[in-house]
Amino acid sequence: MSQVFHRSTNSISRFTIFGALFVLLGLAWVGEQIQRSPYVNYMGVAQIQPVPFSHQHHVGALGIDCRYCHTSVESSSFAGIPPTKTCMNCHSQIWTNTPMLEPVRASFRSGNSLVWTRVNDLPDFVFFDHSIHVNKGIGCYSCHGAVDRMPLMYAAHTLQMEWCIDCHRNPEKNIRPKEQVFNMEYQPPANQMELGRRLEKQYHLRSVYDLTSCNTCHR
Amino acid sequence: MAEHEEHIDEMSSHLAPAGPAILAPGHTFATITDKISAVVLSRDTPAAWLLATGGFGLLMMWLLFATAYQLARGIGIWGVNIPVAWGFAIVNFVWWIGIGHAGTLISAILLLLKQKWRNSINRFAEAMTLFAVMCAGYYPVMHLGRPWLAYWLFPYPNTMGVWPQFRSALVWDVFAVSTYFTVSLIFWYQGLIPDLATLRDRSQSKAGRIIYGILAMGWRGSARHWKRYDSSYRLLAGLATPLVVSVHTVVSFDFAIAVVPGWHTSIFPPYFVAGAIYSGFAMVLVLAIPIRRIYGLDDFITTKHLDNCAKLMLATGEIVAYGYIIESFMAWYSGNLYERYMILDRMGGKYSIFYICLISINVFFVQVLWIRRIRRSPALLFLVSVIVLAAMWLERFVIVVQSLHADFLPSSWAMYYPTFWDITQFLGTIGLFAFGMLMFIRFLPMISIFEIRELLPEAHVSLQEVD
Repeated sequence: MSQVFHRSTNSISRFTIFGALFVLLGLAWVGEQIQRSPYVNYMGVAQIQPVPFSHQHHVGALGIDCRYCHTSVESSSFAGIPPTKTCMNCHSQIWTNTPMLEPVRASFRSGNSLVWTRVNDLPDFVFFDHSIHVNKGIGCYSCHGAVDRMPLMYAAHTLQMEWCIDCHRNPEKNIRPKEQVFNMEYQPPANQMELGRRLEKQYHLRSVYDLTSCNTCHR
Repeated sequence: MAEHEEHIDEMSSHLAPAGPAILAPGHTFATITDKISAVVLSRDTPAAWLLATGGFGLLMMWLLFATAYQLARGIGIWGVNIPVAWGFAIVNFVWWIGIGHAGTLISAILLLLKQKWRNSINRFAEAMTLFAVMCAGYYPVMHLGRPWLAYWLFPYPNTMGVWPQFRSALVWDVFAVSTYFTVSLIFWYQGLIPDLATLRDRSQSKAGRIIYGILAMGWRGSARHWKRYDSSYRLLAGLATPLVVSVHTVVSFDFAIAVVPGWHTSIFPPYFVAGAIYSGFAMVLVLAIPIRRIYGLDDFITTKHLDNCAKLMLATGEIVAYGYIIESFMAWYSGNLYERYMILDRMGGKYSIFYICLISINVFFVQVLWIRRIRRSPALLFLVSVIVLAAMWLERFVIVVQSLHADFLPSSWAMYYPTFWDITQFLGTIGLFAFGMLMFIRFLPMISIFEIRELLPEAHVSLQEVD
């Protein structure tokens, strides 16, 4: 009876068994990368909006404070999306005829809200409160990034749990004096860790144990 | 010729001092190989096999359907609810995983203890372990409620930035069971390699030669192959040995580290391990007795094997009985109100019929195995084994359901009733198990050919010469 397999099968088997290890490791690596890619988490992806509103122009160039539009950020879980009337405070006077702003004027005439596409969207099983973060010295910048340099809004971070919990485990890395929360130009000092630990005490932050309890965010 | 047979008899009596031999006289290397490989290579399939495969295959199909239905509807189709949140799922998990233990004990511990009689039953006992662990693994995964997220139980660099809760016995289970399955699979497969090469060389069909050839991984049976084979097989046996005790110990921690009366006892690990081996040997007998009958393998699985398995069952059964006694004793001796109530409720409460059944079987009935005539009668031993398997299932039912249904707070007490799906899914896993075993019997040598050959005096002599 002749041999079923050629001699070379031995080498091919060894090569494929050894190679399979690398293929599996590679696949695991690819899966891990996809989970952290903008394809999954939309980090850095600018969304199409009814009006191409530029935070760069309004915040960076004109210097309008965050709270002029996001009025409830200090007192509510929701930062607030401004009503069309807020836009019209200025735009009834300037750029009144530009076609780009026609959806805003149409909304004002009809009373139907503009429908913006949410950019920083947390899953519904996450309980998130803007006011507690703002009142404990977490700057807008820490989560939303350099909004004053974004012509179109995009998420500056992944908003995945590992990103949230990284700060909840080490809040001293990002905490800043309360009066600097809305300052987009704020630079953390060289002694940030020392300042952070001092502010943690001053603002009565709960312990890391409490901050990382499941129930803090998943209620 | 007569002289030769006398020689074999002398050698076998040397191997097995008392009672019947572990290998019927008159065999040679060739007859052993012919007889075992013929089961696989023959074109004739016994009618009993076809009938069983059809029946159990249907049950397995039902399991598939029930699983699909459950994925669509959620675990609400089961009878579980608060306070009895564990129900059939965990009862069956513990029962199935326990059954697997005999396979590992036979393959690893008996190998290291040089118990030659294991050679005839280790192969299918290991296959039994694999299919039992599959059936066991099915339940906790389905019980998650969202089984598609089962991979969350593994520690991998996830985007949630958290690890599984390593202080939870349920995570220990994941490691214990997956390690158990992996080691058992590798051990079983390595044991198969020389036999797969035999099948490759004997197969009449091209497809058979190719498939068995690939599976045999280029085994040529050279002295170098055997040397490496022997050392790695023993190493694996060494690795598998702690698994015999560790897996069911960890399973018992699911209960023992909780505060529920009836679970929170330190006797659980040894008592669970003994119970596992006890039910495992019952399953070995339930499988071995019909197989040797249908395929005429009495030469290899002799009454000596049945006798030995029955003795192991009896020994572990006594440990289990001791566990029951200590459980009741501690409930009284501890003076703990809740423990006392639990044991009284177990003996006289709403689930007492199950407790009475399991005590009368596992403590009293199993003592019939002291009688040699029963240990050596296949039919009676088969009956005893089936009864023992049922009793061990009842034991897990009592531990899981009776303990949970009435804990500290009378206001939350409630009865548990299995639903149609609970019961038929369990039958479905029996279908999966039996179907797997039937496929194994048909396509792989169910008895280790080369290890049986080692039982011959010829092999004994030549092995010594190599040394």
